[in-house]
Amino acid sequence: MYGRQSLVDRPLVKAKAEVSLSAFAFFFSELVQYCQTKVSNVGELERRLEDVGYGVGIRLLELLCLRERNSKRDTRLLDTLKFVHSTLWKYLFGRQAKDLEQSNTADDEYMISDYDLFVNKYISVPKDLGQLNCAAFVAGIVKGVMDSAGFPARVTAHFIQIKGDTRKKTTILIKLDSSVLAREAGLPAV
Amino acid sequence: MNPGESINAELIVLTYGALVRQLVSDLENVASVNKQLDTMGYNIGIRLIDEYLARSKTSKCLDFRDTADKVAKVGFRMFLNTSATVANWNADSTECSLILEDNPLTDFVELPEGCEDLVYCNVLCGVVRGALEMVNINVECSFVKDMLRGDEVYEMRLKLLSHGAESYPFKDDD
Repeated sequence: MYGRQSLVDRPLVKAKAEVSLSAFAFFFSELVQYCQTKVSNVGELERRLEDVGYGVGIRLLELLCLRERNSKRDTRLLDTLKFVHSTLWKYLFGRQAKDLEQSNTADDEYMISDYDLFVNKYISVPKDLGQLNCAAFVAGIVKGVMDSAGFPARVTAHFIQIKGDTRKKTTILIKLDSSVLAREAGLPAV
Repeated sequence: MNPGESINAELIVLTYGALVRQLVSDLENVASVNKQLDTMGYNIGIRLIDEYLARSKTSKCLDFRDTADKVAKVGFRMFLNTSATVANWNADSTECSLILEDNPLTDFVELPEGCEDLVYCNVLCGVVRGALEMVNINVECSFVKDMLRGDEVYEMRLKLLSHGAESYPFKDDD
């Protein structure tokens, strides 16, 4: 680095002002369009968006732990999920996620759901892309956070239709690696 | 100016960073990354001008000096919440520099070895070029100073190529 103070030596300033949502939307739309030129189907497109989000996630975990958590990182599963549900969500969307639930059918699956994520705000999915949910990018962020916190998981984003509700609900499904559950089982209950 | 909705500025930094990383790993050389960033910026610019016109409530630009001023003061403020200074005009008012002391796209960014020639913010050049083209002003735009490469400020050189004449779109109603 050309003789300047290196990045890690500079103070970690508080998150500064906000920028217009449309600026983000423009970048994000270019990102999606670019990814689209590299893939042949919806699944691959979502995976690519997840990969991009993943890079954001690993950086965010570090940043948020240093800034908001006094350089401490949670080591238990539930605490980490709560961290995603509250701290990370507040950082990304300015509010806590609506729900954090455990799946009824499988105890290695957790779901974080919320309405109207801003990544989907200006996106209308064309018919031939069917089930595409650009919140795959958010899923990637969550995966990045979980993975680097030591809780490897498969994370995917889905639209959920609820009867009588016109708002778009997105659920981020977190399926934890079996090693995580085995490790948690061996630890004393919190 | 209607403030519109806003989001955490760092999220843009990180998302843009992820995009640039993706390009660097996909394309063979830094020159094509710069070019791709410019193209993406152009695509953004040609759509962004609509929002600018709809929301900024500014009056018509009188000349190129006025245009540069509005790009620097209103455009940058509206989308990136920062503003640029216009300086270094040439004698016949066709070239100037937009100087950014604070660039919200480059927090947390360092150029690694092998990417010294990457113009990280090249996307902004594309945006300005695309947006002005849509209002019949053809410009050339490039970074001449870049803090990531050791300069004191970000300096974007703006050069007026031609002023398209306004023509009525007769074909619209056909």
